[in-house]
Amino acid sequence: MRLPDPLEKLRQRFFGDTVRTFGWISLLLLILLAIAPAKNHFADWRRYQRGYEHLIRTRSDAVTLQRHFEPGVQQIWLPEMGVVDRCTTCHSALKETTLMDVTIQPYRHHPDIPHKLDEFGCSVCHRGQGTATSVEDAHQSTLAWEEPILPAKYLESSCGQCHQQDLKGTPQLNLGRKMLTQYGCVHCHTVKRPDGSTITGTDDPPTLTHIADKTSREWIYAWLKDPQAYATTATMPNFKLKDEDARDISAFLISSSTPASLKLVQASLDAAKKVKDDAALQTKAASLYGESFCASCHAVQNAAGNLVGGNVGPELTKVGSKVKPEWLQAWVRNPHDYDPPTGMPHYRFSDQEVGLLTGFLMGKSDSDLLANVHLDAATPEQIAHGKRLVNDYGCASCHEINGIKRPENFAPELTKIGSKPANQLAFAPGVPHTLYDYINAKIRQPRAFGPGLKMPQYTFNTAQVDALMNALLSHNERALTMPAAKTVAALPVSHYEPAGKAGQLITDLNCFSCHAINGRGGDMAPDITWEGSSVQRDWLVQFFRNPNTLRPALIRRMPKFNLTDAEINTLTDYIMTVYQSPKIDRDSMPLSGYSAGQVELGKQLYYSKYSCQACHIIDTKQDKGYIGPTLSHVGSRLTAAWVYNWMKDPQALRPGTQEPKRNMSDDDARALTAFLMSQKGRDGQEAKKR
Amino acid sequence: MKRTACLLIFLVTALSVGCSRQPKTFVLVAKPTAYGTAIVESSGGKQTAGVGTPLLQPVVLQVNDEQGNAVTGALVILHGPSGIYLDPAAGTTDSSGQFTTNVSLGVIPGRYQITASTTTKTGKTAELKIEEIAFGYQEMLGSQLNDQYCARCHNQESSPERVSNYDNLEVKPHPFTEGDTLNKMSDADLTAIISHGGPALNKSPLMAPYGYTLSKSEIQAVIAYIRMVSDPPYGAPGIVYAQK
Ligand code: HEC
Repeated sequence: MRLPDPLEKLRQRFFGDTVRTFGWISLLLLILLAIAPAKNHFADWRRYQRGYEHLIRTRSDAVTLQRHFEPGVQQIWLPEMGVVDRCTTCHSALKETTLMDVTIQPYRHHPDIPHKLDEFGCSVCHRGQGTATSVEDAHQSTLAWEEPILPAKYLESSCGQCHQQDLKGTPQLNLGRKMLTQYGCVHCHTVKRPDGSTITGTDDPPTLTHIADKTSREWIYAWLKDPQAYATTATMPNFKLKDEDARDISAFLISSSTPASLKLVQASLDAAKKVKDDAALQTKAASLYGESFCASCHAVQNAAGNLVGGNVGPELTKVGSKVKPEWLQAWVRNPHDYDPPTGMPHYRFSDQEVGLLTGFLMGKSDSDLLANVHLDAATPEQIAHGKRLVNDYGCASCHEINGIKRPENFAPELTKIGSKPANQLAFAPGVPHTLYDYINAKIRQPRAFGPGLKMPQYTFNTAQVDALMNALLSHNERALTMPAAKTVAALPVSHYEPAGKAGQLITDLNCFSCHAINGRGGDMAPDITWEGSSVQRDWLVQFFRNPNTLRPALIRRMPKFNLTDAEINTLTDYIMTVYQSPKIDRDSMPLSGYSAGQVELGKQLYYSKYSCQACHIIDTKQDKGYIGPTLSHVGSRLTAAWVYNWMKDPQALRPGTQEPKRNMSDDDARALTAFLMSQKGRDGQEAKKR
Repeated sequence: MKRTACLLIFLVTALSVGCSRQPKTFVLVAKPTAYGTAIVESSGGKQTAGVGTPLLQPVVLQVNDEQGNAVTGALVILHGPSGIYLDPAAGTTDSSGQFTTNVSLGVIPGRYQITASTTTKTGKTAELKIEEIAFGYQEMLGSQLNDQYCARCHNQESSPERVSNYDNLEVKPHPFTEGDTLNKMSDADLTAIISHGGPALNKSPLMAPYGYTLSKSEIQAVIAYIRMVSDPPYGAPGIVYAQK
């Protein structure tokens, strides 16, 4: 067959004989062979390495930088962590401190962190694909690899892979972890730490077994519709219930409620009623509320709309629209009667005082809250439907409810949520297809993912969502497979229970709500594990009778529980004998009798060399320091052995205390102890008056 | 031959353009309905946040006329260094003459300067520069340590949780933002006074030594924090970190 003329000419010209054909085919092969090296030559990383060499050429320390620079593909290989990171191929300057001023990537110096690059590599913290040598493969999610670089705002999550305890440099992670336990997430979702322990909630949702005694069906309805309308600080999320659903759930909860054994005292109820129309009684009630330091735990919105008070207990701004006075008087008298494990202490109020507080709190109401709630008597069908809904929404994951079993694993387990492959996720419309956007959207708008979903709507701000993201992303496959030597386990949960009669008192007063003892308890007030080594018995007795604050700048204070002398004795004896530090012999130094010379020397050290007056007050007329406790009576409060050891190493006695360790000589510490122990106050009663 | 070469070149450029494509941001500019003469900050400047995170408070700017009255409907356009995210980056002032934007800082620790501008009637632009600070790990750690150990003396402001001790001190410490004083102190000086207390630099012993309480790296972190928040900025004049 002959080709058309012009083509035939070409064929003749190029492939006319074997030599020519061979020549051309060889050339073609050569070109094909050259593609690979050419691709290599034009690879991203070569371009960046040339750029780096160009960048350092003009710098004053060019020679040193050039010597550090190693051309070619670089790699950090850490088999025990499964790390093969070639990031340093392009990021050539990570360790060059002299390039601090360079802000162009990929040539930036790595900011200082507590870990070494060679020990952890890059992808352990930053994710991305360590083995890749092109920009896109390494950083973005591609078809072959879907784990993009971790956005900087979630970097703290990587610390959380190994560190199960709070770290000072990771405030977001710490907050996120706290939120996981405070907002009830872990009641429905199981989240396990790498050591296998399960994270438990700290929010203590109330039992609903006697709810009809406590509140009305109307309030339950309004609350279910919008918990934050009742209290902005409410941690219960919004389940976005339809009106009928809220109606039926409230019907079921009321119908399933059994009566609690509440102690009804008519005198208290009568006293409570009088408070409403009596200005003098109101003032009295308000000051009792103040003296009892209810505000240390409970917040109330003031006229300006600001919340004032603590967040240990629920907000009380509208409590009068919620609870029944009969319930409230019983609760104030002894909260354990209604809810034995509650964190609220049992104050020993008189019936009259109970009445005053009940009346005062019932006055904190909002007439608008229930104004539009009108419910007809519930029908059996509604109650049955309500029960179904309670099961469907998993209410019993958080609350104890009569007739409903606590569901197991109600929501998906989140132990590996931080490494869930994006192709296993069902994205809501409009959500970018990355794991980060997925979790973020799930927290922000759980119901946008489709009809019939049950995850409730929380009202978190951006910072809170980011904090939660950090906590959640730290739960991933890598965290679970990290070599044990690299991890820092969570603090073990302490189940310490004090023994005997004193133990009962400590439980009754709920000391653990504020104080920690042997690793268990709150952090609002000092850890009292070693209180028996620290304070003198007489002072402790006085303090229980009339607690006064030791710190002028402190707003939260220890309340007065109106304990009997016998109760005070029991508690004091227990504390003095059991809560002792093994490092301190309380009786090794005398409480008084130090020589005038020693005291004088101590005084000089106090005011000059150590300038303790910067933070403490001894002479109430002259000293002004506000940070530490007032020391004008310290000689009748603390033991000399404690003071001496405190001077030597405060952090050893109370980890994390602000008092700086001074590394002082034994002589200085002894002289200061002598001076401080001579500060006994003008008389023993002084403490009582203030 | 020529054609193949052309094709090749075309392919290569197309490929490389395709690979190096970067997300372009188009600012949709609203039409101004009024003009002011000056732009001022209402709130939101000088905030600090971790790298890559949103600032807690929005930045609120106000456009004023010659008499200093707020102008409604004036155009405000914001520019920032790469990495910063402004939502929105442009718009017109609301009925109270204000323009509000949410800011997320970039991934590089440092100061981020945002330039806000508005066009005046005569077609000129009035500008305002605001700065926000992004903390890296060290500065973040330093700021936490500052909160725990230093702020009560070195910060004059009180909050319900933390009453300032500043007024109680006979010799007044400097707030860490006071660059005029602190920038003159070398890193070695700062390390000395923080580790060994005031007397190390012939200053008052009211400044206690923290060298036995904080570790070396913690002290470095506090210094990194002090350097980052100082005003005017620490470092050679003119350098604004985190800018290309
Ligand atoms: C009890 C109050 C107090 C505390 C707490 C305190 N300082 Fe100071 N600091 C001072 C005083 C007072 C001075 C001023 C000394 C002088 O000028 O003679 C000072 C001075 C300094 C100076 C020198 C610059 C200046 O302000 O004059 C630095 C730096 C400093 N402090 C750092 C720190 C750091 C870091 C911490 C926390 C780890 C800290 N300080 C905690 C009181 C305090």
